[in-house]
Amino acid sequence: MNMSLLEIKNLHAQVEGQEILKGVDLVVNAGEIHAIMGPNGSGKSTLAQVLAGKEEYEVTEGEILYKGQDLLEMAPEERAREGIFMAFQYPVEIPGVSNVYFLKAALNAIRTHRGLEEMDAMDFLVYVREKMKVVKMDETLLNRPVNEGFSGGEKKRNEIFHMSVLDPVLAVLDETDSGLDIDALKIVAEGVNSLRSEERAFLVITHYQRLLNYIVPDVVHVLIDGRIVRTGGKDLALELEDKGYAWLEEPLGAGEPVSA
Amino acid sequence: MTTTMTASDTDRFVEAFDAFEQALPASQPESLRQQRRQAIGRFSELGFPTLRQEEWRFTNVGPIARTPFSLDVTVDAVTAGSIERFSYEGTVQLTLVNGRFVPELSDLEDLPDGIVVCSMDEALAKHPEKVEPHLGRLASCEDHPFVALNTAFYRDGIFIWVPRNQVVEQPINLVLVGSPSAEPIAFFPRNLIVGGESSQVTVVEQYVTVGEGAYLTAPVTEIVAGDNAVVDHYKLQRESTEAFHMATFQLQLGRDSNVSSHSISWGGGLVRNDVNAVLDGEGGEATLNGLYMVEGTQLVDNHMRVDHVAAHCDSHELYKGILEGKARAVFNGRIYVHHGAQKTDAKQTNRNLLMSPDALCNSNPQLEIFADDVKCTHGSTVGQLDETAIFYLRSRGIGEEAARSLLTYAFAADIVERIKVGAVRQDLEEFLFRRLPKGDIVRQAV
Repeated sequence: MNMSLLEIKNLHAQVEGQEILKGVDLVVNAGEIHAIMGPNGSGKSTLAQVLAGKEEYEVTEGEILYKGQDLLEMAPEERAREGIFMAFQYPVEIPGVSNVYFLKAALNAIRTHRGLEEMDAMDFLVYVREKMKVVKMDETLLNRPVNEGFSGGEKKRNEIFHMSVLDPVLAVLDETDSGLDIDALKIVAEGVNSLRSEERAFLVITHYQRLLNYIVPDVVHVLIDGRIVRTGGKDLALELEDKGYAWLEEPLGAGEPVSA
Repeated sequence: MTTTMTASDTDRFVEAFDAFEQALPASQPESLRQQRRQAIGRFSELGFPTLRQEEWRFTNVGPIARTPFSLDVTVDAVTAGSIERFSYEGTVQLTLVNGRFVPELSDLEDLPDGIVVCSMDEALAKHPEKVEPHLGRLASCEDHPFVALNTAFYRDGIFIWVPRNQVVEQPINLVLVGSPSAEPIAFFPRNLIVGGESSQVTVVEQYVTVGEGAYLTAPVTEIVAGDNAVVDHYKLQRESTEAFHMATFQLQLGRDSNVSSHSISWGGGLVRNDVNAVLDGEGGEATLNGLYMVEGTQLVDNHMRVDHVAAHCDSHELYKGILEGKARAVFNGRIYVHHGAQKTDAKQTNRNLLMSPDALCNSNPQLEIFADDVKCTHGSTVGQLDETAIFYLRSRGIGEEAARSLLTYAFAADIVERIKVGAVRQDLEEFLFRRLPKGDIVRQAV
């Protein structure tokens, strides 16, 4: 079997009538880490939201195959149960729902879908404690309501913690590094690196090259104005660090001036 | 919607009064008979409220006015088994059926010496000196036809009197059963709770229905918290949707007293809760929390009034509502800071979750402040579940229905968590798990 894990073909998507993605093509294989970089407003987060299934984003053209299946036909929860995880750029605070119990319900929904037995409270706690070490999470954050009163860094770490508990096949990190100090950034990166495996793939969306010093990608894509304008190896990120995005923004052959 | 009220609607009760009064036990003190006569007089002047009256603008009691209720009630239809699920372990229980105390359905063992817990009938016969100083002197008939009706027609109720310095460990569970007959009936329980200086007591008041049929219950519960007394009160309105429930809850707070009230309503077809707290002594603190969950064509109206009479008193009100179907909710929160009530700290919040486009909520905070050194805040919101939060939960594998239920539960949990009596809290949690779709997943996740 030689199927790619994720195949995005000519993806067009709009929100509130405005086209954001204008023909994205992307192939991700199991075991790979892909980075998607690009300036603000280029469509990075839209791509992540479309993958996770947010309804406000309307796909007008193209398709997404995940494990060979039509991803766009699947509800957000089905995608999650099939192994897609998105770490939110802005994790949502959910007062009244405890972090740990919520995770247990989520994990059991996923396990049930996969034909596994539900995990009981004791086994779950042992399992969760193990995962917490990876992101160096304080145990008190387990019992607090999801993200409520968490600092920015704690929220991002909590996303990585959720990811490690839910054990995804394809993890999409939407600017998980933004706004983190170096210690938190390292923890996030260690979390990702510890989950790297032959079966799993990552799509790391970032605005800053710095993260890629800690999570070394196999492939780097540059997304500008809704299209992937360049794809390269990890060195492309360093090149972007030196030169910025401007040199890539000129439409090929058009020669028109590009505003900043 | 009609607001027409014929004289005969009012007259039905007025005409029934003489016969009712003559049938009262001889032990009824003349002072209370006098009070009853005044009350029925006042009711005949007031009549049933109409939508034209400010305090009843959104709550049409026409269906009550038009129903020919009978005052003849029986108590035999209710068995111990039929109300077993309303008992809480570790509590003392008193049961009223159709407003009449039923000793066989009550369990008064384990009460400490000194405390008086009995039916109002018994209290009037044995402890008039403890009852008369308060009964009928707190909740006012003047502007409220249902208080007037209650004062005229109460037949029985519960009396609780806690002596000075006594701490009552076991919560006292009052189960007020509506047991409808073929004909619609009306009854008017009258409860009085008096907490002596530095005493402490917890009272649960449950309104439940056994059987089917329309009825009106218009209870008045009065609480007098003496200086430095602590009273925790929980009301669970869980009657059938055929019930009309017009309740007044009157609180009198002495110096340094601390009274908390939690009013949970999910039953009844037409429900009105008037909650009036008077902070009469310096240092008093009133916490008034509420949760209402209505569906179908239910209407629940919570009418709050907090009177800051003395200085240095705090009041905190948090009422939350979940409305489904074509349900309607009214919240009217008046805070009245009297002249001289300096250093008042009054906070009022009302939050409503509309689960359906046909649900409707009227939320109306009113502040009237006649002192110049006070802190008063109020906030009121009517909204839907946060779609971003739903998406977040779904993206972790939780189904949409379960995600909605989880967030709805979380909205209610704010009030649920404030309930200090474990058995009551669990009872409410179980109700929510049953009520919410995919409640089994919610149960796991909270």
